[in-house]
Amino acid sequence: MAEISSDNGRKFTIPIGPQHPALKEPGHFEFVVDGEVIQEASVKLGYAHRGIEKIVEDRNYTQAMYILERVCGICSHVHASALAMGAEQLAGVEAPPRARAIRTLVYELERIHSHLLWLGVAAHEAGFEALFMYSWRDRETIMDILEEISGSRVHYSVNAIGGVRIDISAESAQNILKAVDFLEERSKHYLNVVSSDRVFLQRSRGIGVMSPEEGNRWGVVGPVARASGIKRDVRVDAPYAAYDIFPVTMITASEGDLEARFTVRVRELLESTRLVREVVKNLPEGELTTKVKRKIPPAETVVRIEAPRGELMYYMKSNGTDQPERIHGRTPTIPNMASVLHLTIGHQLADAPMILAGIDPCFSCNDRAVVLKSQSHSDLWSWDQLRQYGIDRYHGRT
Amino acid sequence: MTLEERSSPILKAFEKAVAWARMNSVWAVHYNSGSCNGCDIELLTTITPRYDVERIGIKLAGSPRHADVLVCTGPVTGQGKDALLRTYEQMPAPKFVVAIGTCALSGGVFEGSYNTYDGIDGLVPVDVYIPGCPPRPEAIINGFAQLLEKVENYA
Repeated sequence: MAEISSDNGRKFTIPIGPQHPALKEPGHFEFVVDGEVIQEASVKLGYAHRGIEKIVEDRNYTQAMYILERVCGICSHVHASALAMGAEQLAGVEAPPRARAIRTLVYELERIHSHLLWLGVAAHEAGFEALFMYSWRDRETIMDILEEISGSRVHYSVNAIGGVRIDISAESAQNILKAVDFLEERSKHYLNVVSSDRVFLQRSRGIGVMSPEEGNRWGVVGPVARASGIKRDVRVDAPYAAYDIFPVTMITASEGDLEARFTVRVRELLESTRLVREVVKNLPEGELTTKVKRKIPPAETVVRIEAPRGELMYYMKSNGTDQPERIHGRTPTIPNMASVLHLTIGHQLADAPMILAGIDPCFSCNDRAVVLKSQSHSDLWSWDQLRQYGIDRYHGRT
Repeated sequence: MTLEERSSPILKAFEKAVAWARMNSVWAVHYNSGSCNGCDIELLTTITPRYDVERIGIKLAGSPRHADVLVCTGPVTGQGKDALLRTYEQMPAPKFVVAIGTCALSGGVFEGSYNTYDGIDGLVPVDVYIPGCPPRPEAIINGFAQLLEKVENYA
């Protein structure tokens, strides 16, 4: 497992991953430790790079939506709706109010499911198995709701270009209200647990403290930024979908440690249940989709969405056909990952998984690039070399 | 070992006992070879209270050296391939492989991408395929039940 580094006999380099028990996703970390204290940290990403940005260039907008939905299995709705909203902006149409409200409803249901999932995984890193099991049991309530309204537990496929595919029936609305009542009770209980359990607080209070200045320097987003007192939430700063009709209260904390990240996320659960209730009770009447032409005129746009993990940005360019010219995504884990490498330094090795889980990493979202290396080439490739590489690779496949 | 020794009744009874023990406590190691997390969280769901495959002895192990079964998700990316093979080679024999999700079976929506191998069965031998994008926890339990049959009949 460990190897002695050449320069100092007391320092060890501990490699972790890509197959490791702590997380269910592939990522490679190397920690240089002096005794138990971490001196240096580095990360190697790219294990989940599937070339999605290239794949969507060969698909039409509707097909691309189903591919982008499979960027991430936890926050699938934000990716698919980003494409739908981007295509609507490029085509110059707007989704009807009911469709935007249903999108908002699913955003918040997804946030509840994602935060409960994270709470369980983070508790698992702390060795708090009971909380892991309880929060995943309660998460099944929201999975049932998502399955009832969309027909699928993970990839909901709620969106269509120009609106949504599903409607909320009166019966579903009742079930949603019943479920969020239950989850609100449970979330209050979890808030009590994460802020008062003494053993748990020893693992979270004062660990991985990030000041607002540091957070701004590293560009952190989402609940990690809000736990450090940085007021940054796309739902409030630039409302999209129906967040202008159903405003969100931004949840922040000032401590910036792991405990604050726990309480911010659990309080966001409470805020989401309030929002779900409000949307379900005041769902606007009307159409579900507007007609969008299949071919979209040349234009560029940027879509910003607050995913459960933070700000998600998509750049989209159309070229007058029914296929996008370029789609580029920037997901929240990339900026937050920088903070992990800084925050782990000076902590015990046993705290590293907790600090990593504290940002709620999603490797399948963030693996946007892969590094190509070969014996005959240097790290810098000329355009001709890259083109020749592509041709050779294409011929090699067939 | 000679042929007579192999067919001795004591050894046969011993092997039967080993097969029974193995069937009742199958430890699995999970490797994500570039999946979208959908199959991984559904796999985790099956070990949490509502579905709970630990009742039938299936448990996630931390290290491949302690595992009988490799549970693999994802279409196998270029960078993830070596780690998949290493994980598989580190497992002690007899080893079984379960492929979860359409990506692990055929590449799914990522089929034909420049950085995926379109399924894991071209790289490691697969015993049980569980299709679905992602498969429901019930489907995963059904796949595990088929796996247990295979483990029981393993000679």
